Amino acid sequence: MQIKSPEFKQNARIALEDVNLQRALGNLKAGFPQKRAAAVARLPEFDQLRDEARDLKNHILEHLDLYLEEFEKNVVANGGTVHWCRTAEDARKTILEICQDQDAKTVTKGKSMVTEEIDLNDYLEKNGVTPVETDLGEYILQLREDHPSHIIAPAIHLNIEDVADAFHEHHKRPKSNDPAHLMREAREMLRKHFVAADVGITGANFLVAETGSTIICTNEGNGDLTQTLPKTHIVVSSIEKVVPTLEDMTLFLRLLARSATGQEFTVYNTLSSGPRRPGDQDGPENFHVVLVDNGRSDMVGSEFQEMLRCIRCSACMNHCPVYGAVGGHSYGWVYPGPMGSVLTPQMVGIENAGLLPNASTFCGKCEEVCPVRIPLPKLMRHWRDKEYEKHLSPTSVRSGLSVWSFFATRPKLYRLFASVGNRFLRLKAGKKGRTSKLPLASAWTDHRDMPAPSGKTFMQQWKEQNR
Amino acid sequence: MASSRSRVGLFVTCLADMFRPEVAFASVKLLEMAGFDVEVPERQTCCGQPAFNSGDRHDSAAIARQTIEAFDGFEYVVGPSGSCIGMLHHYPELFAEGDPWHQRALDLKSRAFEITSFLAQHLDTDKLSSSFSGKVTYHDSCSGLRELGIKRQPRELLSKIPGVQICEMEESETCCGFGGTFCVKYPDISNRMVGNKSENIRATGADTLLAGDLGCLLNMAGKLKREGVNVQARHVVEILADMANTPAIGEAAIGEAEKRS
Amino acid sequence: MSKADIFNRIRGGLHVPSDDSARRAAVQARLDARKRNLIPQRAQLPADELLRLFIDMADEAAAELIELHSAAELAGAIENWAQENGIAHLVTASDEQINNLEWSGNGTLVREERVAQVGDEASLTSAFCGIAETGTLMLYSGEESPTTLNFLPDTHLVVLRASTIVGPYEDAWQMLRQATGGSMPRTVNLITGPSRSADIEQKLQMGAHGPRRLVIFLLHGE
Ligand code: SF4
Repeated sequence: MQIKSPEFKQNARIALEDVNLQRALGNLKAGFPQKRAAAVARLPEFDQLRDEARDLKNHILEHLDLYLEEFEKNVVANGGTVHWCRTAEDARKTILEICQDQDAKTVTKGKSMVTEEIDLNDYLEKNGVTPVETDLGEYILQLREDHPSHIIAPAIHLNIEDVADAFHEHHKRPKSNDPAHLMREAREMLRKHFVAADVGITGANFLVAETGSTIICTNEGNGDLTQTLPKTHIVVSSIEKVVPTLEDMTLFLRLLARSATGQEFTVYNTLSSGPRRPGDQDGPENFHVVLVDNGRSDMVGSEFQEMLRCIRCSACMNHCPVYGAVGGHSYGWVYPGPMGSVLTPQMVGIENAGLLPNASTFCGKCEEVCPVRIPLPKLMRHWRDKEYEKHLSPTSVRSGLSVWSFFATRPKLYRLFASVGNRFLRLKAGKKGRTSKLPLASAWTDHRDMPAPSGKTFMQQWKEQNR
Repeated sequence: MASSRSRVGLFVTCLADMFRPEVAFASVKLLEMAGFDVEVPERQTCCGQPAFNSGDRHDSAAIARQTIEAFDGFEYVVGPSGSCIGMLHHYPELFAEGDPWHQRALDLKSRAFEITSFLAQHLDTDKLSSSFSGKVTYHDSCSGLRELGIKRQPRELLSKIPGVQICEMEESETCCGFGGTFCVKYPDISNRMVGNKSENIRATGADTLLAGDLGCLLNMAGKLKREGVNVQARHVVEILADMANTPAIGEAAIGEAEKRS
Repeated sequence: MSKADIFNRIRGGLHVPSDDSARRAAVQARLDARKRNLIPQRAQLPADELLRLFIDMADEAAAELIELHSAAELAGAIENWAQENGIAHLVTASDEQINNLEWSGNGTLVREERVAQVGDEASLTSAFCGIAETGTLMLYSGEESPTTLNFLPDTHLVVLRASTIVGPYEDAWQMLRQATGGSMPRTVNLITGPSRSADIEQKLQMGAHGPRRLVIFLLHGE
């Protein structure tokens, strides 16, 4: 996927003026936050569960290699295969090879952000394997040659007319603007793909070391049809998703749906352990787990390790006022919102994604709702530190800051500077008490007035009063 | 209640110093009412947040050291901003453990308080008396709310003033879009956020907007004025100290209003 | 090789000492203990309240519930239900509970024991247990219970014995380990209500790709 993060500001400006997008984003604001709040209010232990989840994730990350080893051992004992992939390219190649081994023509896919991250679909297609997305939102996007703008509600940026148009064009059926009708149509269209597919690819929400199981959490049931009907099931997962035991997985499941959609529990939580067993009448004959690193092992032990606690619930973006204003595509890569502003620089380089960790007021709402208590503002600040250290921040910012710091560290000069500025602003405002234009401050005054100081600086007045 | 008059160092904040001295004077008045001796150390400037949030740790640390020294020896350090006091609470992160400055930063942190939370704890609220009367709505500034847990304190204090009627706005806890340098680095996004805020303020029918942070107040007042909304913005301490007789933020001096077209 | 490379990076990042026996011991202890984390109060009620909770939560999740006093009523209730809902064909699992049903054969309901196929109207399977905490059913795959039955048909009928309802998920894991001798079946399904999606404008629609209706026949008594 092309990285458009360097154009974040332009993307955001266009998004803010896009009436349809703004209408669609309204659905997000009105939905997830309230539902989450209601679900949280019903579970008095919620915050305690968050503490335990944070601590457990920390324990896992400190022992990540060993839990992964245990996981692999048990996948193999169940009759499956584990593939280790350092890079996105390794992962794409590995998946293609498995498909080619099966002479696969089509693969069905459950929703998986990791496969977006490694840009799997394009690659498969170029190599003669047709991927079919089966999650309703992802299916809509695939028809439109579009990408997810949200990690659990991929088509949140679209309105029903967009869906109706896409279906009409591709299904060649009469157009309908009724969501129930559209869903029935997608259900019918996808049935034949589920049955015809040679390989089914799903992601994983967690990997259970104890049992060698992978689990997916979905509301639609598409992931289940994807993995049960074809001859081969490939699970694509990043390495940090491993958990020790079923009991430990349960801790995260109690937090996941509530944080994400505000549901008490996701409709289908499905554990898969190896290929079908002797005597089983259905289920895949081959089971592969493709473990993707793609920069995560470098985060272990770094100041960004805490980001690896993320369980991809989307609460941070659902509550983020910046995400809510500009939508997910503005971020210019796979992961949007606060979690994306921390992950994207790691995966595509801070030189490409520096604008993302800066696009935050540090209001802290994301950290307030994160089920595993990731200090997202702190991690965004770490990226700003890196950017500054590497001299990547814009020169205007750097020189402005150094002038300001020069004064700020010299109290006497600072007093002088403040009183001159104060006088200037008062003169400029005249008797109006505010000014609507200021040299060098158009970023402020384009949108709002600049209130004028109400008198001399406090320090001047304090001195004059001789106190 | 302070028994023997303890010393409070007022952290003025650069915005109060520059834009709204009444906020600092009101703070002094309230702290004295609570029985403290208030001093204003000369060597303070800004808390350093612009540098800290821009990744400039070197200058942040220099400013932190200066602030730590300026407030040495005060029993308490109190400021009229959750954001700036929140920054003082970040100082320990700027120094390695084992660095003597780290310990000093921790010590400052333990003494540093935002004004409304400090008053809620130390002021005999029966002493509050204010002639202010009106419908007010309160914006919860992010740093105060989430870093320092300030939510009920200003409302409790305001509830002691008979003329104040609080009309809560929708999304009072949602960021106003100021965010320090954010508002000039990402003006379009900031504008959308403050625009939403302005709508929510307007919808309450309140005539006065209160908050505990001048950054947010300048941003919101500037937007309200630009949109021609007739809501007066003030720092909460102006009401509590009965000092709301001066023009509100961004308003013309009294008697000037009619003169402009 | 990728695996070694990944492990080296992880261990390097963590500054793992060359003797990592302490870490290994910590991991083994956690795996062996299968320690339970915090379990909400809600899931730790007396049995009768758990039953009530299960019913309420399943209802909230939009499952339909039919309560029966004994297993003897089951076949008749299913036949009635099929007739009322215009269902003529039922694919079923072949576990003991379902094999032992005494069908009246009066109506027109045709039954078949097999895996599900595209176009199937309705299926009948047995739940391994119910989890009161969220009104969730646990089912697992085996020779007699193909997984496709849980997902392909338009309506999924599930028999659940009230005596198997537990409070928290943790109790269900424990029961599962006992029932399967510790080895995981290929598929374990936790099912909470029928399929749904809100992918179009965040408006919830029932019946995305899985069953549109989930009907639980809840058997009281033995
Ligand atoms: S960072 Fe936290 S809130 Fe955001 S997706 Fe990850 S777990 Fe959820």
